[in-house]
Amino acid sequence: MEHALAPGHGAVAAHPTSTGLDHRKLLMWTFLGSDCLFFGSLIMTYMIYRGKSVTGPHPHEIFNIPYTSVSAFVLLMSSLTMVLALAAIQRGDQRGLRVWLLATALLGSVFVGGQYFEFTTFVQHGLTPQVNLFGTTFYTLTGFHGAHVTVGIIILLSLFLTSLLGRLPPSESLTVEIAGLYWHFVDVVWIVIFTLVYLLP
Amino acid sequence: MATIARGVPVTVLPRPRATTGWWSWVTTVDHKRIGVLYGVTAFIFFLIGGVEALLIRLQLAVPNNHLLNPELYNQLFTMHGTTMIFLVVMPLSVAFFNIAVPLQIGARDVAFPRLNALSYWIFVTGGILLNLGWLMGAAPNGGWFGYAPNTERAFNPGPGIDFWALGLLVLGTASMAGAFNFIVTILNLRAPGMSFMRMPVFTWMTLVVSFLIIFAFPVITVALIQLVFDRHFGTNFFISSAGGDALLWQHLFWIFGHPEVYILILPAMGVVSEVLPVFSRKPLFGYAVVVYSGIAIAFVSYGVWAHHMFTTGLGPIADAVFVTTTMAVAVPTGVKIFNWIATLWGGSIDFKTPLLMALGFVSMFIIGGLSGVTHAVAPSDWQQTDTYYVVAHFHYVLFGGAIFGLFAGIYYWWPKMTGRLLDERLGKWHFWLMLIGFNLTFAPMHWLGLNGMPRRYFTYQAGMGWDFWNLVATIGAFVIAASILVFMYNAGMSLRRGALAGNDPWDGRTLEWAIPSPPPPYNFAVIPTVRGRDAWWLEKYGRGARTRAQAPASTAQQSSHNPHGTEEAHDIHMPDPSYYPVITALGLTLFAAGFIFGWWLSGIGLLLMLFGIYAWCFEPISG
Repeated sequence: MEHALAPGHGAVAAHPTSTGLDHRKLLMWTFLGSDCLFFGSLIMTYMIYRGKSVTGPHPHEIFNIPYTSVSAFVLLMSSLTMVLALAAIQRGDQRGLRVWLLATALLGSVFVGGQYFEFTTFVQHGLTPQVNLFGTTFYTLTGFHGAHVTVGIIILLSLFLTSLLGRLPPSESLTVEIAGLYWHFVDVVWIVIFTLVYLLP
Repeated sequence: MATIARGVPVTVLPRPRATTGWWSWVTTVDHKRIGVLYGVTAFIFFLIGGVEALLIRLQLAVPNNHLLNPELYNQLFTMHGTTMIFLVVMPLSVAFFNIAVPLQIGARDVAFPRLNALSYWIFVTGGILLNLGWLMGAAPNGGWFGYAPNTERAFNPGPGIDFWALGLLVLGTASMAGAFNFIVTILNLRAPGMSFMRMPVFTWMTLVVSFLIIFAFPVITVALIQLVFDRHFGTNFFISSAGGDALLWQHLFWIFGHPEVYILILPAMGVVSEVLPVFSRKPLFGYAVVVYSGIAIAFVSYGVWAHHMFTTGLGPIADAVFVTTTMAVAVPTGVKIFNWIATLWGGSIDFKTPLLMALGFVSMFIIGGLSGVTHAVAPSDWQQTDTYYVVAHFHYVLFGGAIFGLFAGIYYWWPKMTGRLLDERLGKWHFWLMLIGFNLTFAPMHWLGLNGMPRRYFTYQAGMGWDFWNLVATIGAFVIAASILVFMYNAGMSLRRGALAGNDPWDGRTLEWAIPSPPPPYNFAVIPTVRGRDAWWLEKYGRGARTRAQAPASTAQQSSHNPHGTEEAHDIHMPDPSYYPVITALGLTLFAAGFIFGWWLSGIGLLLMLFGIYAWCFEPISG
C-alpha cells in the first residue's frame, strides 16, 4: 500500500505513459484485481464449509444481524466521506480534505472497533477459531477484511498527517484518489462478505 | 515528481550514491543490474537444486540402495521440486524480464525501480528462509504440492513444513510485486509507436505471465495461510475430524498450480520466439497468432486444474470437463509449435548456440506435450498417475522446455549484458551434452513409469525390470551435470577474455540490439520512435527487406550507423539507489520467520518493514 503515499516516486521522470494512466493508478487497479482472487479464495472456502461444522455454535445462534448492519452502514458511509475528501483536494480545499480524511478514518475505525467488539462477544458465546469449521472460516475471512480496513485507516491517517505538514497540495490529488480506490474496494468486498456470511439464510 | 518531499526532505538515511562496489549492488534500482542479480542468484539455486537431483539419482541408481534414508530422500525430492520451480525457473525468467523488457520497449527503466529491487530482495531472503530447514536438519518433506492434511502438525510435527509454507508465502510476495511492476511497465512505458501488436513476443509473454502471476498467487497465498493457521493457531481448515476437507487444499493448490506451469513455460516460449527469427533471418511466422496463442494458453490454464485430481473421484462429469479443457490446451500450444517450425522454413539458418538451445526446446517440448496429452485422458491418467511416467512428462516440459529455452536466453542476451561473447565451441559442447544427458535421464522414466515404478519411493526391489533403466537415468543426470560445468567454464572464460560483442552481434531485430553492450544506465540516449514490428531491423534495413539477403546495399550499411545510444547523455536523470527495498524485504522475511523462531522476531521484522515502507514513501527522489 506504500505506493498510494508515494507520488511520482520511483517512476522515471518526464516519460509520458503509453496508456495515459498514471503508473501508480494502474498499479492500484492491478493490485485490486489480484486482491479479488485473494478474497475470492477466502470466500469460497467459507461457502464450501458452510453447514459442515460437526459441532456448534452455528451462525444463526451467534449472529446479531441488526448490530452488524449498523457497522456495515458505517463502513458504507465512509465511502461517501472518502469521495468528499477527494472532491475537497481537487478544488484546493485543504481544510475540507483534512476533515473528510479524518472522518473517513474515524468511520473506518468505528467499523474495526465494532468488529473487535463482535469478535469478543462471539468468543464469549463459545465461537473460537479453533472450535469448529464455522469459527475457522468466519474469523479468517472477516479478520483479513478487517486487516485490509486497518491498513486503509493507516493510509488515511498518513495522508492526513502529510496534509498537515503541507506536503499534499492539490497537484497531488491523485494520491488521494488512489487511496480512495483501495478504500472503496474494501467497502465493496464487505458488501459481498456481509451478504454471503450474514444475510444468506 | 516527489511532491511529498517538497520543502524540507524527510529523510532518515541519506540516499546511497555509490555506483561501483558491493553496496552499489545492494542498493541498486537499475533494471539491468537487478536482472543480473536475479540471474546469478537463480543460477546458484540451480546448482543447489541440481545437487539435490544428483543425490536422488545416486540413491535410485541401484535397487535396495541405502545411500540416503527415506526421510532425507523425502526432503530431497521436496526441495528439488520447490527449488527448481520457485527459486530457479521463475526467477531466471524474471531475470530476463528485467534484462530484456525495458530495452525491447524502448524504456529507460521499469515503472517502479525500487519496487523492482524489493522483489529481488524478497526473493533472496525468502529463498534463504525456504532453505534454512537444511541447517536445522528439518528441511520440508511434504512434496512441492504440500498436500494437507499430510502437512498438518499431527502428521508432520517438525518445522520443515513451516519453512516451506512461510518461504513460499514470502516468495509469492516477491513474484506478485514483480508482476505488478512489469504489467505497469509494459502497458505504460512503451516508446512512441510501440503499439501492442508491434511488441516483441518476449515482452508479450512477460505481460501474459505477469497477469497469470497476479491472479494465481493469491490463491496459493490463501491455501498457505490456511495451512499456517492450522499449524500455528489450531484452526480446522484441513483437519478431517472437524470436517475439514483434504480436497479443498488440492483444489486451491492446483488452481494456482496449473497456471503456475504456464508461468514457468511461457517466458521460455517468449525467448524461443525471439531467437528463432533472429537466427533464421526471417520475421516470426504468424506473429499475431503466436501472441494470441500465448493469451489463449493463459486463459485455458485456469480451467484445467482438476486434471491433477482425476484419481480423487470427482465423478464422470467433472472428469469429462477437465479432460476436454486439458486437451484444448494442446491447440494453441500446437499452433505455436507449427509457427516456430514455419519460421525456420526457408530461412538462412545460422546454427549458433542460442538457436541450438531453442531447437532443443521445440523438439523436447513436443515430446513432453505429447505425453501430456496422454494423461489428459482420465482413464489413461489413472494408470500413469504417481508413476515415473508423470516424472518423465513434466521434466520434458520443464527441463526440455523451460530450461532449454532459458539457456537459449542466456546465450542470446549474455553479450548484451556483459559486452562479451560466449565461446561457440564450448556452447555446442554444452548443448549436445545437455541434450544427450537429458534424454538419457528422462526418456527411460517413460518406460519405468509404464512398468509401474512409483514416484517418491526412496528405493525399489531388484528384479522388477527397473534396474537397467534406473542406472541409465543416473548416468544421464551426471552427463547433464558435466554440461553445466562446461557452461560455467565458458561463462568464466567469457567474462575474463571473451571476444567483444559490439552492439548487435546477432544482427538482431529488436531494440535492445540498437544500444551499446552492456547498455549505459539510461539505456537509450534518445527514446526511439518505433515504426513497425521488429523495430531495429526496420531501422537497419527498411520496410521492404524481409531478410538480410533482400536488403538493399545502401540501407544495409545503416547497420553500422547507430541512431540510438551513441551520443553522450549527461542530462538524463535516473533514480538514485535506495537502502529501503533491502530493509523492507528483510523485515518481511523476519516477520515470516518469527512464526518458527518466536514472536519477538516477527515484532522486529514488522518494525523493520514499517520503517522501510515509511522511509521509502518519504524518500526524496535524489539525495
